[in-house]
Amino acid sequence: MARIFAFITHKNGLADDSAFELASAARRIDSTSSPTALVTGSGSELDAVCAAVGSSYADVWKIGNEKLTYPNAELVRKALIQVLPAGAVVLIPHNHFGIDLGPGLSVKLDAAFVSDALGIDGLEGSFLKAVRQEFGGQVSAHVRCDISSGAVITIRPGAFKPLELPALNGTVLDKSAEIGALESGRQYLGTIVAESGDVDITKHQILVSIGRGIQDKENVAIAEELAEALGAAVSCSRPVVDAKWLPKSRQVGSSGQTVKPKVYLACGISGSFQHLAGIKGNPFIVAINKNPKAPIFQVADLGIVDDVLEFIPAFTDRIREVSGGKTNAAGVGQ
Amino acid sequence: MEILVCVKRVPDTSENEIQLNAAGNDIERDDLVYSINEPDNYAVEEALQIVAKTGGNVTVATVGGEDDEEVLRREMAMGAKQGVLISDEAFNGSDGKGIATILKAYVQKNHYDLILTGIQADDGAAQVGGMLAAMIDYPFASLVNSIEVLDGKKLKVSREIEGGNKEINEIDLPCVLSIQTGINEPRYVGMKGIRQVASVEIPTFGASDLSVDEGSIGEAGAKVKRVDYFVPAAGKGAEMLTGGRQANIDKVIELLKAKGGLN
Repeated sequence: MARIFAFITHKNGLADDSAFELASAARRIDSTSSPTALVTGSGSELDAVCAAVGSSYADVWKIGNEKLTYPNAELVRKALIQVLPAGAVVLIPHNHFGIDLGPGLSVKLDAAFVSDALGIDGLEGSFLKAVRQEFGGQVSAHVRCDISSGAVITIRPGAFKPLELPALNGTVLDKSAEIGALESGRQYLGTIVAESGDVDITKHQILVSIGRGIQDKENVAIAEELAEALGAAVSCSRPVVDAKWLPKSRQVGSSGQTVKPKVYLACGISGSFQHLAGIKGNPFIVAINKNPKAPIFQVADLGIVDDVLEFIPAFTDRIREVSGGKTNAAGVGQ
Repeated sequence: MEILVCVKRVPDTSENEIQLNAAGNDIERDDLVYSINEPDNYAVEEALQIVAKTGGNVTVATVGGEDDEEVLRREMAMGAKQGVLISDEAFNGSDGKGIATILKAYVQKNHYDLILTGIQADDGAAQVGGMLAAMIDYPFASLVNSIEVLDGKKLKVSREIEGGNKEINEIDLPCVLSIQTGINEPRYVGMKGIRQVASVEIPTFGASDLSVDEGSIGEAGAKVKRVDYFVPAAGKGAEMLTGGRQANIDKVIELLKAKGGLN
């Protein structure tokens, strides 16, 4: 069996949750495997992360270089191809970094590439069977991947639960001297932190969240009326921001805000995993969507197949009747 | 600037309920509404906005068959100068690396300063742009949500990262970028525009025209193969309300009150 490696993403000296999920995914490939953690970075933050992931990885490869202080995927790729052995199976989280690194790394390693795996059904000889999703999560697919010359697999964040195993006392091996000079035609200049918007959706107990099903900018008003009746705020999924119907600060999801409401009304939202990744705290989710196959119905508590453009105004009217015009105290922000 | 945008015709998931076929080896493709892959359309718009400032041309290319010409014409109606169909029976069954290998062969026969793809298509793999870049040793950035041309040799691009933050990079030309939706507002294409390009010739290139490395394309070259499609066993799933609209609304209100969401 090929050696399995897990690429650890980290920030401010703390390993991402995915670090422990990848250790779990590695054992789904081969239950006897002892995956090796790959950690790139520099200085004391790098050392802190190497030490921390030693609880889940018996072997930790430390790859330190000033140029790797910020994880520029182009430079990380160049470093990794210097240290990885032939036939390596490399697991990377399927986030903005993994999407940047994975495909090109698989080319340079001449390895198979499986993107965004959310399940692994194990190995048969040199063939790995994995589960992916297609068509916006509406259907799943099994893929069969020849890993005889290695593989790069990006793993969906949250799909593999970290293992509850006795803590290991990982050995850190410093591979920094092996990577040689790092040059790239892409330079990281800095990070622009998102502007906070007019409404802080992270502070609301009830969110009326709208997706593509709202269809037009003019229809955002019906969601605002419902939100007002419920004492809620209006949030949204990515297509609404792409269409410029609401500002980015209202977007729930991995590339937007992480929210923790008590009640989440998903109106015309299909429920992509990137969107769901932004909903925490196990809220009561009510989904209204005219497509009965929408993935949102898999995660919602209550589902209604209906056209949101007709449902929302009727719902607003009924809430107003029931409340008699009083403010809904349960919806008031934290 | 000469810009190539790689595009794909896909089933429109906002217009279709995707169902499995009876055999479970494909989705039910009859009656599907197809359209340009949405991120690809943003990529074409971005390319058009760049050449409007810097001069040059936009070419749109797709690996596919005759049916895929319609998306090339749609993007030509937006303003792309040329459409290119890369088509050969030998390409059938290619995995992501196979498609990137085919595009590499096309790119090496031509000259482009900038190559754009959409961030991902219907299979959600987000892979071809990054693979193509590595194959031709061009710098690459994914999830690009703004592009500024600094001079003839460099771009300043931002990438969408977590929490709505933006990662700013300077990247040398020529390069490959994969474009995130929302980067711009793609222009409207009317029937009239499509009629105007209806008779423009779309050149077609096959495996021998492009000297494609046949070992890594098609079914035989694919290291990754889809075995089947399936609908996962439903987890807990939502309690579906099947009453009339008013009855459903009253039920939601009752449950919201029970959950402390309404008082």
